Amino acid sequence: MITDIGIIDYGMGNLRSVANGFESLGATTRVLKTPSQLSSVSHIVLPGVGAFGDGMKNLNAGGWVESLTEEVIRKGKPFLGLCLGMQLLATTGTEYGNHDGLNWIPGTVLRLQSTDSTIRIPHIGWNDVEIVQTEGLYAGQSKPMTFYFVHSYVFQPTSTDVITGICEHGVKFVASVQQNNVHATQFHPEKSQKAGLALLKNFLAIKA
Amino acid sequence: MLKKRLIPVLLLKNGLLVRSELFHIHQIIGNPVHEAERFNHWNVDELIYLDISQTDEYDLRRDDGKVKGLNHPLAILEEVSKTCFMPLTWGGRIKSVEDMSARISRGADKITVNSEAVHHPELIRDGAKVFGSQAIVLSIDIYRHASGRTEVYIDGGKTPTGLNPVDWAKSGEAMGAGEILIQSVQLDGVATGYDLDLIRKISSAVMIPVIACSGVGRFEDYAAGIQAGASAVAAANIWHFKELADRLGKKALVKAGVNVRM
Repeated sequence: MITDIGIIDYGMGNLRSVANGFESLGATTRVLKTPSQLSSVSHIVLPGVGAFGDGMKNLNAGGWVESLTEEVIRKGKPFLGLCLGMQLLATTGTEYGNHDGLNWIPGTVLRLQSTDSTIRIPHIGWNDVEIVQTEGLYAGQSKPMTFYFVHSYVFQPTSTDVITGICEHGVKFVASVQQNNVHATQFHPEKSQKAGLALLKNFLAIKA
Repeated sequence: MLKKRLIPVLLLKNGLLVRSELFHIHQIIGNPVHEAERFNHWNVDELIYLDISQTDEYDLRRDDGKVKGLNHPLAILEEVSKTCFMPLTWGGRIKSVEDMSARISRGADKITVNSEAVHHPELIRDGAKVFGSQAIVLSIDIYRHASGRTEVYIDGGKTPTGLNPVDWAKSGEAMGAGEILIQSVQLDGVATGYDLDLIRKISSAVMIPVIACSGVGRFEDYAAGIQAGASAVAAANIWHFKELADRLGKKALVKAGVNVRM
């Protein structure tokens, strides 16, 4: 069966590159404009570039939250959050004031901070990720992989059990998480050449 | 640890790829889509595409006819992004948030602003507000006068602005730019190495990453740019005229002790 990827269009970020990545692997993609379309796809991707508050505001304004929770949390559809799409899973975001997140994975999104003056923020570029759980997105991988990051904030989950990858930029931070069918990465697999495409391929292989 | 980046810069003029010298000599070297595809196969870190056309005419007469007719830079961008699984920065002729949006929705991850940002610095802030700072690269073209003084030039290196490059980089950062791309008018295409003094001054004045460009003639020139404080080193011509430009460039960086993605 061809996997049908639904990419949520909530006005945040570059949907085109996410679609290009999955299509190069043979999947079909659909850019979803309304929540009612969520039930018709096999896998759901929440991409996102931008600020936490704007992201949640747009998800709420588009009426996405309830349908997403129904499809992903109650029905267990494979879900992938990318960059801001990972941060929005948290309980609270702290970018430009405190904002409520989806609260699917309890935790807080905090600004990346370092006392080392040579550490530049935003964290932009390729960095190594230490893989701590070799199932799910990292199936078949064990050695550290290099991915493309671009962000100033990081997700700090309350439970360390959900952490699947760790990265370091001045301080160690969470590069990826998984909780049941909910997968998410702080980095951009769709912009991480072969290493990133390998992860997208693993996501396609996850069955509902 | 965050790696230093090595970035090819492609220059697009009226629909064709060109090599550039001193910002005004432009020699046609190829097809804009095929070249990006080649870099993707090489697994390069990132790609910067700059549309340096001064007019809206697109000339594809020299093309080999194997790609469909692309008569607009946005159509070229759309085609390029399909085979580009790495960060793609698109710049040139961006005058409004709508211009940014047209490029980002066609697959660009970041856009550069240059001349228009000098006229209207709020363009940086407005863009950062909509797309995030990480998507806004402030591109600065710099002229070094005989006295050694440096000055920001705009309109493709033609118009002096009176702005000091370090001050302009700092205001750009304060307005919300996420990265600074620096180019030197006199070093463009002359292959004598980067303007290291300039890279040093700008890198130490801002916290955001600096991308050095202009002047690379040998792969060994890259490391000096990193040592001067740049987070990424970029070049244009060397990618077209030397074999194995990515691998050999990376090897030269590793040899100099720079942490790069192999």
